[in-house]
Amino acid sequence: MSDHEYTPKSKVGKWFNDRLPLLTLGSHLTDYPTPKNLNYWWTFGGILTFCLLTQIITGIVLAMHYVAHADLAFASVEHIMRDVNYGWLIRYIHSNGASMFFLAVYIHIFRSLFYGSYKSPREVIWIIGLLIYLLMMAAAFMGYVLPWGQMSFWGATVITNLFSAIPLVGESITTWLWGAYSVDNPTLNRFFSLHYLIPFLILGLVVLHIWALHVPGNNNPVGIEIKKPSKDTVPFHPYITIKDTFALLMFMIIFAGFVFFSPNVLGHSDNYIPANPLVTPAHIVPEWYLLPFYAILRSVPDKLGGVILMFGAIFILFVLPWLDTSKVRSAVFRPIYRQFYWILVLDVLMLGYMGAMPAEGIYLVLARVGTLYYFAHFIIVLPVVGLLEKTDPVPMSISEPVLTGGADPALARKDNEKI
Amino acid sequence: MSKEEKKVNRRDFLFTASYTIGAVGLGAVVWPLVHQMNPDKAQQALATTEVDISQIEPGNSITVLWRGKPVFLKRRTPEEIAEARAVNLSDLPDPQKDEERVKDGKDEWLVMLGVCTHLGCVPLKDKGDYNGWFCPCHGSHYDVSGRIRKGPAPTNMEIPKFEFVDNNTIKIG
Repeated sequence: MSDHEYTPKSKVGKWFNDRLPLLTLGSHLTDYPTPKNLNYWWTFGGILTFCLLTQIITGIVLAMHYVAHADLAFASVEHIMRDVNYGWLIRYIHSNGASMFFLAVYIHIFRSLFYGSYKSPREVIWIIGLLIYLLMMAAAFMGYVLPWGQMSFWGATVITNLFSAIPLVGESITTWLWGAYSVDNPTLNRFFSLHYLIPFLILGLVVLHIWALHVPGNNNPVGIEIKKPSKDTVPFHPYITIKDTFALLMFMIIFAGFVFFSPNVLGHSDNYIPANPLVTPAHIVPEWYLLPFYAILRSVPDKLGGVILMFGAIFILFVLPWLDTSKVRSAVFRPIYRQFYWILVLDVLMLGYMGAMPAEGIYLVLARVGTLYYFAHFIIVLPVVGLLEKTDPVPMSISEPVLTGGADPALARKDNEKI
Repeated sequence: MSKEEKKVNRRDFLFTASYTIGAVGLGAVVWPLVHQMNPDKAQQALATTEVDISQIEPGNSITVLWRGKPVFLKRRTPEEIAEARAVNLSDLPDPQKDEERVKDGKDEWLVMLGVCTHLGCVPLKDKGDYNGWFCPCHGSHYDVSGRIRKGPAPTNMEIPKFEFVDNNTIKIG
């Protein structure tokens, strides 16, 4: 892992490091050679770590006051909001924190899609990242059930019923998930247990994600390998840490904006109505970050087909590194792929909007078109474009586009934009 | 490796036996951990509900909770029964006669789980294109017999096990 020998300066440090080389690890992390051309889209890894820790800390605090029982859960959340000292703040950070976590993870994923960070030799980093994303969705879904409001209850009902689409064993699986014959107290109880567990699983995967990252090193905006570490890289600390910190502060401003000025704008007001198993709210909508998948689910007029396509939309990402046939990583040098990339971005945003609208008329038609393009992008566009596309010339090294900018400032600026 | 060593010897037997016993032991420990999530005895104990139906006028319905799920009890008018029976079976995604969905001689009583067979929402009564129920979640339309007519739901609304204890009481479950 480390490309240099490290010896602690103090005697105590040396004594300890000989027995557990934590200081060597620390030194590796601070000196870790990072491409010097990383832009702000690369700061979301750090931001995501911050999000995870925020959720864990606020979550542990909330669990000290929350009661996971169908008769008491709703009241205990109101108790947190009204009686617990700063309970409102901690809960709003936790609930908005989930949204901020997903905002950051979507930027992080689309960064990877643009710059080809999922490609060889970084496939394992990508797959671990997707596993983290799946666990995030599971944690977010179960967390949304805990307040036991109407959206909690009916969201849980709809999502767990997805499994009833599985032929033969579907019904038994749903009953097993519920621990009852409908979503009920046993369901709430186990969701709380799992909601507490998952963040720590994510934390473990984050360690693997970073470990796998530190083997080949970071991808970068031009998507080429590091030629000369002395010329093309900077040490992680202080160069990247300060850049990450600045980006994190900007992110925290937005985060705080939601928490203090519109803490409920991303939630659904129906979740302030206690769960009622006899009445389904008129419009069930999942949280915003699951809407594109919800739109895909509803765009298929067949139960099993819808469920398969919805899960397929996520699982297709696992084989993405092998669907993309292009030798060039970064979309900066891929004029055709770049256009499809932006179509995909718009497509996912449109699907998200359709997921929030009723599944009828023009909304349903657009959701179907969006679903079709989503799958076509990965199954047809990526393999074909990768083979046919004439890519732009890739620079010789990370330093070249900067250093050969020469005396012509216009040219230099143009090159900078490219990077 | 020479040929004599390739035949099954004492060590191979011990390996296979150990792995087998180990797998059985592991399964014996994993099964309780899996099965504990199935409905417990308290949940199973809630399996029947008795309902007084003497107050329901023809054309009206009530909803009761059975095993955490709503059950619709609808007392249908003769017109509604006629409408349900006039439907051509080939028009139904999940063909089933109305007669099979009610008890003989108690044609006016439709007792069914008020749970959409798509993803488990509670359909709204007197809505939809077929004079029956409409599920607001994903747009499934049910007719006056609770049969699926249009939308993503795969099957008709389920008829639970029930019986008439006397003329005024239904026992569900």
